[in-house]
Amino acid sequence: MKIIVNGEAIESAAATLAALLAEIGKADAKVATAVNEAFVPAALRADHALNEGDRVEIVAPRQGG
Amino acid sequence: MPVFYGREIASRLMLGTAQYPSPAVLAEAFRRSGAGIATVSVRREAGGDRAGQDFWELIRDLDVALLPNTAGCHSVREAVTTAQMARELFDTNWIKLEVIGHGDTLQPDPFGLVEAAQALTEDGFEVFPYCTEDLVLCSRLVEVGCQVLMPWGAPIGTGLGLNNLYGLRSLRAHFPDLPLVVDAGLGLPSQAAQAIELGYDAVLLNTAVAKAGDPAAMAEGFARAVEAGALAHGADPMEPRDMAAPSTPVLGMPFK
Repeated sequence: MKIIVNGEAIESAAATLAALLAEIGKADAKVATAVNEAFVPAALRADHALNEGDRVEIVAPRQGG
Repeated sequence: MPVFYGREIASRLMLGTAQYPSPAVLAEAFRRSGAGIATVSVRREAGGDRAGQDFWELIRDLDVALLPNTAGCHSVREAVTTAQMARELFDTNWIKLEVIGHGDTLQPDPFGLVEAAQALTEDGFEVFPYCTEDLVLCSRLVEVGCQVLMPWGAPIGTGLGLNNLYGLRSLRAHFPDLPLVVDAGLGLPSQAAQAIELGYDAVLLNTAVAKAGDPAAMAEGFARAVEAGALAHGADPMEPRDMAAPSTPVLGMPFK
């Protein structure tokens, strides 16, 4: 199915947010996630089912002012 | 020294982590600034990028309190979700709340700011709102639970200093016991000293240091300026007057 990850459409077989992170090599990375603009805590990623067209944000620490 | 949400910080200087020429220069600037708080952000990361991990390791070694921001957010929803992601990443309830309302000036959206501050406070955050010096806005922010206010000196990145001295002085007078920080718009140490002389508890800046030709030297300049400002504020400054008053004794003047 098609999922939007950080603004870019990708094809994914991942059924959950945790599976998506594993699929793109971010399973153990220091990242935080949101789906359709709602925060999904790390502890809930394995239970968060993904659907066609979901907009996933994956963010990491970065410089800021 | 300033106390934010019950935590005392050993410096009146808060420093951003963006725009430095290199991680080494950033680390040296922090060392010479003595800053007790570093602002940080969250940004997209996918694929094999390790920038987030590398930055995380760098700022952990700075040994300062972290204040994540919601920079660039224009809606309450974006700001709240960004804050929640930042809380998990940086393991802190502190959030520098930015809800931007105007693209050219990056002026805060006062209506969205109050709404987001309330939602985040109810969610357990300790909110540092990036605001204007508007007394009504600031009163609303305090009403919804903010225990610190961070009015701008001038628009972000301009280096114009304190654009509304009357407004900033007035805000200080209306909230004598609330921690107040001038956030944004400072370009020179003298402007930081001026903010602290007004009775502000701290200043937050980034571009003035990061974009200086020698960021570490400028960082130390700001550190000394806020110390000078604090000494002056505590020393009960003289009142300005319009007419000259000779400082050398008139009595005993020869030829008179």
